[in-house]
Amino acid sequence: MRRDHRSAILGVHWALILALVGLQVVVPPFHHTLLARIMVLAAYAIGYNLLLGYTGLMSLGHAMFFAAGMYGAGLPLFYLGVGAPQAFLLGIAASLLLSVVIGTLTLRTSGVSFLIVTMMFAQVFYLSTLYFNRITLGDQGFVLAGHLPPISLGALRVTLSDPVMRYNLALATFAVCLGISLWLVQSPIGRVLVAIRENEDRTQMLGYNTFAYKLLALTISAAIAGFSGSVYAVITSYVGASFAAILYSIYPLVWTLLGGSGTVLGPFVGTAVMTYTIETASRFTSSYLIVVGVILVALVMRFPAGIVGAFRRRWAPWLP
Amino acid sequence: MTLEGRLVLALLEGTVTGCILALTALGLSMVFGVMRIVNVAHGEFFMLGAVSAWYVTSTTSSFGLALIAAPVFVAAVAVLVNWVILRPIRYEPQATIVATIGLLYIIQQVVLSIYGPYARTVAPPFYFRIDFPWFGYSGYKLAVAGLAAALLWAIWRVVSTTTLGLYMRATQQDQEMAQAFGVPVHRIFAVAFALGAALAGLAGALIIPIQPAHYLMGLDALLASFTVVIVGGLGSLGGTLAAAFLIGLSDGIVSVFFSPTLARIVSTALVALVLVVRSGGLFGTESA
Repeated sequence: MRRDHRSAILGVHWALILALVGLQVVVPPFHHTLLARIMVLAAYAIGYNLLLGYTGLMSLGHAMFFAAGMYGAGLPLFYLGVGAPQAFLLGIAASLLLSVVIGTLTLRTSGVSFLIVTMMFAQVFYLSTLYFNRITLGDQGFVLAGHLPPISLGALRVTLSDPVMRYNLALATFAVCLGISLWLVQSPIGRVLVAIRENEDRTQMLGYNTFAYKLLALTISAAIAGFSGSVYAVITSYVGASFAAILYSIYPLVWTLLGGSGTVLGPFVGTAVMTYTIETASRFTSSYLIVVGVILVALVMRFPAGIVGAFRRRWAPWLP
Repeated sequence: MTLEGRLVLALLEGTVTGCILALTALGLSMVFGVMRIVNVAHGEFFMLGAVSAWYVTSTTSSFGLALIAAPVFVAAVAVLVNWVILRPIRYEPQATIVATIGLLYIIQQVVLSIYGPYARTVAPPFYFRIDFPWFGYSGYKLAVAGLAAALLWAIWRVVSTTTLGLYMRATQQDQEMAQAFGVPVHRIFAVAFALGAALAGLAGALIIPIQPAHYLMGLDALLASFTVVIVGGLGSLGGTLAAAFLIGLSDGIVSVFFSPTLARIVSTALVALVLVVRSGGLFGTESA
């Protein structure tokens, strides 16, 4: 049964990547920029989904990992003038380090207290970015334009301020994260994570060190958040404290639930639908965040499986 | 100002903060205790109380009326929320959290679209200065502390002596058993949710002569209430009060001597650690 679907699974995910490759030559500039942002944010949501959808841990503090990646990459770019590849590695390292510390602490709790503790640590992180405003430039943030040295790929020199480069950087980030997610959830590790989601005590009885697996899931999730945060800083050339605020912890939750938590494609679908909805709503009203609220309530009450989740249940039970 | 002066100021500020905090946190604690749900939108009830009190005061120019109307209005909103959202999802812990996060944004954004992004305050109902050797202190702030204290005492009486209080305590201890003994559990849920919201709404109304009403003021109130409830123990009235004063006072002292941001960083981190160290946390035993 599974063997038959392997090629279909790969086909669907490659089709999405190829569609995104092709889209860049047909869409007008506005959607071009928006799609680039959506892809990076979708990568962030993919990381979040590994934790919520596959491990069953609901974090309300993921903004700290996203922002850690952003500052981890942005500060060295801004102050030290390092190259972009090094900056990405530093961004990932920053959120990885943070997640090991935060994970070791917060994973001692479970359920609702995990949620509240992650939210509180994220608030500490957010307030710290404001408190140390001599370094982080606080609320104002800083602009990276002019701090992005061109990358040399052999004889080819590429500048990251070029929209085509930005789009493809975003696409590459998204593709890598989608690939990691697809591989992980079908691997033996992913099976253990799902087992923890379904029944942690029983998984422990079977001899698995559930704490280690949860910490692993959290660090992978945070590393992906950090990666997308650092790429987001580069493609928007802006780093600011607002990305550490609670809204950026709520966003990946909404994106994941809307797309379908526990589905590999869900985070992308949720991010795309939500970003376009918010973009449209913000043209009519300044209270556009009401969309976030209404969608969350509607999802909980009427549509808990999300878009891809509902699709999978009805037409494609083999989708990972 | 001398050291004693600053210390007295810190103590006074801390007491007033503690009283407001106690009212807000008690509402959150009551809702958790009786209903076993975490209401993430609790801070928005506080904000809604502040904003509606501003409307009542500015249209009727009676702050006293605002102190009655604001909690009643907030309680009505809470009854509606309980009926339309929380009951249909059967108070399931994780779903309730997601739904109340949604509610947070709905309330906040509706207020933004009606009230606007302004920070507006009202004049205190009376100008009365108490002169200390170092500074004059607003009599209104002390009146707030007194009123809050009286109210907290009244709540304690209701919970410990009336039939309603008995029902609430029974539901808190064992929901199914209470139902088996004929306690109208769902009505008690509605009452607890409305009462919790009204307490937050009243705290919000009381604060606007001191601190302006703004549509984003709810999040700080929520986090402060979480802090208090975690330190004081959930559903425990005495613990909540003690914690509110402890946190109000330490916040007042650190804010006067250091920076308020640093005070919040330190207190939030410490409380998160408290929740981590108490293996499984206070919520841990109840939640899935």
